[in-house]
Amino acid sequence: MANMKRIKRFLPLYLMMVPGLVYLVVNNYIPLAGLQLAFKKFKYTAGIWGSPWVGFKNFAFLFKTKDAWMLFRNTIGYNLVFLVLNIILAVAVAILMNEIRSAWLRQVSQTVILIPFLLSYVVISYIVYAMFGQSNGMVNNSILKPLGVEGISWYTKPEYWPVILTMVQAWKSFGYNSIIYYATIIGFDRTLYEAAAVDGAGVWKRIVSITLPLLKPTVITLTLMSIGRMFYSDFGLFFQVPMNSGMLQKATTTIDTYVYRGLMETNDIGRAAAAGFLQSVLGFVTVLAANMFVRRVESDNALF
Amino acid sequence: MYSKSEKRFSQAAAVVMLLLSLVCIFPVVLLVMSSVTSETALLKNGYSIFPEEFGFEAYQYLWFSRSKILRAYGMTLASTAVGTSLSITITTLLAYPLSRKKLPGRNFFAFFVFFTMLFQGGLIPSYMMWTQTFHIKDSFWALIFPSLLLSGFAVIMMRTYFSTNIPEHIVEAAMIDGASELKILTRIVVPMSKPILSTVGLMTALAYWNDWMNGLYYLTKRTELYTIQNLLNRLITSADFLSNNQANSMIAANIQVPSVGVRMAIAVIAIIPILVIYPFFQKGFVKGIVIGGVKG
Repeated sequence: MANMKRIKRFLPLYLMMVPGLVYLVVNNYIPLAGLQLAFKKFKYTAGIWGSPWVGFKNFAFLFKTKDAWMLFRNTIGYNLVFLVLNIILAVAVAILMNEIRSAWLRQVSQTVILIPFLLSYVVISYIVYAMFGQSNGMVNNSILKPLGVEGISWYTKPEYWPVILTMVQAWKSFGYNSIIYYATIIGFDRTLYEAAAVDGAGVWKRIVSITLPLLKPTVITLTLMSIGRMFYSDFGLFFQVPMNSGMLQKATTTIDTYVYRGLMETNDIGRAAAAGFLQSVLGFVTVLAANMFVRRVESDNALF
Repeated sequence: MYSKSEKRFSQAAAVVMLLLSLVCIFPVVLLVMSSVTSETALLKNGYSIFPEEFGFEAYQYLWFSRSKILRAYGMTLASTAVGTSLSITITTLLAYPLSRKKLPGRNFFAFFVFFTMLFQGGLIPSYMMWTQTFHIKDSFWALIFPSLLLSGFAVIMMRTYFSTNIPEHIVEAAMIDGASELKILTRIVVPMSKPILSTVGLMTALAYWNDWMNGLYYLTKRTELYTIQNLLNRLITSADFLSNNQANSMIAANIQVPSVGVRMAIAVIAIIPILVIYPFFQKGFVKGIVIGGVKG
């Protein structure tokens, strides 16, 4: 009886949650069941549930090709580079921003460095094309030509793309990350800095012995989040920015672009599903492991 | 007051930040300047921020194709408006009960939301489900529903805000006065939570405005549903997608299609609204990044 009353009292709250929960079931939970496709030979007519099981054949098929190694190397390799570069850049920019005296300049730079973050990767791919297009690109025409260097066919030479993609990624995201660190820095106790100044510590000394140690928790949190995304890549960056150029695939294929091509272009659903399955499962395991590690070392900074 | 070395450091910081700001806007300026350069100058010198000769052929050409572009703009506006309002509604409706400490099963539901951030099915299962079970392909809803409508992250962010900023006793006092839960939510909680609502709203709106993936995956035949981002995406592979009778008559009249400039002009048209309104929502936007990044 008391239970009924309790449920009745909270019924309106449960009803409120229904639309959101239904959406999560549909958008997030039902697809988890679809992961079984990695162990099936998909037939459009039979659907996910009706397609026949094939055991680990899709995985064997995936790892027989050179693709598998390339996929994981690219995905993890880029992520590691981005992770380190993003931290260094963002922390450095946040510290610089904090040292600027002119409030006006601080405000303007804070506004401007976020502009790249507002642009979609489709728009960014046009910008990259404006710079690296072979016959009309700015780099070939305005930089290499005056130097007497022959124009480079950027979109057919994979060796340049690790650098180009890293630059584009850093350009798009450093503002966002800097703002997070900057907001953390402004929250620090000013008296610490004043005391250090009284003791004669210079700017550099204060950065090294006050700002950086205090930033550690934020660095750990953001690093944890990136590690959790270690097997994921930004589809826009790796698909749009190289304009899906076939000749660049050695340098630009990540798990996400591979899965997309398997599904939409080459109709190689078995291997794509196997790669997608590994992405989901390894991604999940990595988040748990990273979090467990942090919980053991610095329990306050664990995400959950 | 300040020592000499401090002053120098702060000046150096100012210079570096100015340079970085330039790096951030330079590509955008390149885009804009290229779009207003004459086609002959573009063919001769390539894209450049110092046009040898200004020219507006690119925009003239786009004006001929304005029906497609305006239509795509309409779709962008519609999907952003519908998507954002639906999203903010169901996010709030889910986050508020989770913030109520006495709700039985609260921890279970919170975990149910949180788990979606840890483990995802990925593109293939989602694609199969949306197309085969929900038949969303080539419909307006393809721009709204898949992946964008509700994020577990936003729910948790909002719940944290509610439980730290709405004092329990206010809610309880309202209940004693006989207010219904819905009334408490709309009359008390929502008005007290404008910062988080506008933050989540802004982020969601930006995601809808910039989204091109749903269109790429799910709009294959009905290209009249393309948003401006989908149109841009399509123009990368098929540059003649914009051509129509009027544009063709331009070609027939022996006017050369300014294809080099058109690419940049259409990209400029896609980003202008964002750049124009950005200064007005910049503050809220920064606040959103801070809330989302530091405390998730």
